[in-house]
Amino acid sequence: MDFSFSMEQEILRNTVRQFAEKEIKSVAREMDEREEFSYETMQKMGELGLFGMFVSETYGGQAMDYISYIIATEEIARVDQSHAATIAAGNSLGIGPLYYFGSEEQKRAHLPGLCSGESLWGFGLTEPNAGSDAGNTQTAAVLDGDEWVINGSKIFITNAATKITSGVTALCRTGTRQDGRPELSCILIERGTPGFDAVEMHGKMMWRGSNTSQLYFDDCRVPKENLLGPRGHGFYQMMQTLDGGRLSIGAMGLGGAQGCFEMALKYSHERVQFGKAISNFQVNAFKLADMALEIECARLILYKACWLRDNNKPFTKEAAMAKLYCSEVMYRCANHSVQLHGGYGLMKEYDVERFYRDQKLLEIGEGTSEVQRLVISRLIGAA
Amino acid sequence: MNIIVCLKQVPDTESQIKLAPDGKSILKEDLKWVMNPYDEFGVEEALRIKEKFGGSVTVVGLGPKRVTESIRTALAMGADKGILISDPALEGSDALATAKALAAAVKDIPYDIIFTGQRGVDDDNGIVGPALAEYLGIPHMSIIVKVEVSQDGKSVKCNKPVEGQTLVIESPLPAVVTAQKGLNEPRYASLPGIMKAKKKPLEEKTFAALGLNPSEFGEGARNLKVIELTPPPARKAGKIVSGDTPESKAKELARLLHEEAKVI
Ligand SMILES: Cc1cc2nc3c(=O)[nH]c(=O)nc-3n(C[C@H](O)[C@H](O)[C@H](O)COP(=O)(O)OP(=O)(O)OC[C@H]3O[C@@H](n4cnc5c(N)ncnc54)[C@H](O)[C@@H]3O)c2cc1C
Repeated sequence: MDFSFSMEQEILRNTVRQFAEKEIKSVAREMDEREEFSYETMQKMGELGLFGMFVSETYGGQAMDYISYIIATEEIARVDQSHAATIAAGNSLGIGPLYYFGSEEQKRAHLPGLCSGESLWGFGLTEPNAGSDAGNTQTAAVLDGDEWVINGSKIFITNAATKITSGVTALCRTGTRQDGRPELSCILIERGTPGFDAVEMHGKMMWRGSNTSQLYFDDCRVPKENLLGPRGHGFYQMMQTLDGGRLSIGAMGLGGAQGCFEMALKYSHERVQFGKAISNFQVNAFKLADMALEIECARLILYKACWLRDNNKPFTKEAAMAKLYCSEVMYRCANHSVQLHGGYGLMKEYDVERFYRDQKLLEIGEGTSEVQRLVISRLIGAA
Repeated sequence: MNIIVCLKQVPDTESQIKLAPDGKSILKEDLKWVMNPYDEFGVEEALRIKEKFGGSVTVVGLGPKRVTESIRTALAMGADKGILISDPALEGSDALATAKALAAAVKDIPYDIIFTGQRGVDDDNGIVGPALAEYLGIPHMSIIVKVEVSQDGKSVKCNKPVEGQTLVIESPLPAVVTAQKGLNEPRYASLPGIMKAKKKPLEEKTFAALGLNPSEFGEGARNLKVIELTPPPARKAGKIVSGDTPESKAKELARLLHEEAKVI
């Protein structure tokens, strides 16, 4: 058994950590406060190469392995969840489906811009009436001559309404299967297509520096060729995409937990009460020990799932476990960390306050914790 | 323009430094190692000169195998090739011996300008750059914040801060320049750069290959002997100056600085 990372992976971690400390940490609080997406850091992240990490060079990607992508996401999440969300959604949900299921023409048209970070792409699965029950998609696409005519709406779609968003992949009902269930297919819709509107959502408690939007399709017409892969494969494609996406949410949980832990350790060395640094009180030291322990376990399960994926082995169960466990570990670490900060942890001047809010999304997005337990229970034959 | 950058690997400043039981060295097992920050300025300056004049950047490191990670990082930033001087006899060498080994490694490759950091953030000696220039018989300019190579590539003009003033020095090339903070803002090793660096040449050289005599290196050959290492004293608690008005606080502060701290 070999638990070591390759030299390239170590260099990558150092680079991304330096970048995150210097370029992201300084703006994260302000972006959160203003509930705004930063185009400046987006451009810097693109220049560093944080988009298209697992895409081959032919389409402008970095041709790295999935572990490298997860390392990068973890390191960004260690300083800010919103920026990590832009990267995780940009890669797993925006670039992923195009790269894995797109035709040569679709890939050449969209991937180079997305991999350079000049543009972003949304992944439209969730609808007002189809959340955990994603199969209940209502958005309909009807073939009319050489065009799909799309009607319906999507909600909570990341990266879909920025100034640089070039389009979205939407799961649509394209007919009825022989067994009577809806036929679902993915269709690519470019920004600027008449009848398609993306409207930014405001008032979020978390991920306030990440762009979230509602999509509206009103007799929106796109060419027949905008179908992604074969007709009727939409649900399967979305589920495949989420398997990979869950690893990046896991990375956000792990990185976020690590950030919470480091803040807690530093603060509890500095804060003196009753004449001693508060880390000397055993009840606090044990909290730190628990955090370190759980982070170590989270790291093991996440990187094992990535290793399975990189080695072409089944990883659906491990991805669900990693996503679930890493988000819950960040939940506990954020909670302990705020507790150790006392009243100061409740103030915006301390980053841990933002981590505490940001954490909650991880137990809800890309399949709630209940849905992960459902997936795991099915895969172990319990239900 | 052929540019050489010498780099050292040092403990990450975030690392917790613990003294070894011998009281003369530090425990190295648990440390995270990074490129000496001053050497990063050297790498960046070398890349900028290459971008302007063309040519190539060679990075020379020295020490155990782990140093290759720092050399690869420089390659990922954009340097062209790397050399690692690695020999068991190196362990425990002082700054002069280090400079001697570096001189042996660079003397056979063409160079116009050589960069080192102005000092390593671990031992803080600031000797290797000047000593290297001495061994090579070329001029050196140390603690430099601005480097301007002449159009014809034959000389260099450098700025060195001295007591709030700037000293401008000109020298013919080849020469050694030791980099100070402020020289530039080093670029990141980009992700595509990391992938490209995998394929760049990195040569490993032993003392035998460099024609060096092992007896002139290591603990036994040190000119600089470490007698004892002690951790810095714990910082004393601060003092809050009390008073009813800003004026009275300022007055009290001035009194304390004058009478207690005796700094004014
Ligand atoms: C900031 C943000 C960004 C997002 N980005 C995207 C994106 O880019 N693309 C996208 O498509 N979606 C995105 N989402 C949507 C997200 O994936 C959904 O919110 C999530 O899947 C849950 O759906 P829901 O909100 O409709 O909750 P519901 O499905 O209504 O769930 C409500 C509660 O019921 C529970 N529940 C539901 N079904 C069951 C069951 N069978 N058994 C037990 N419990 C159950 C859930 O676990 C949850 O606790 C994003 C959401 C947010 C908040």
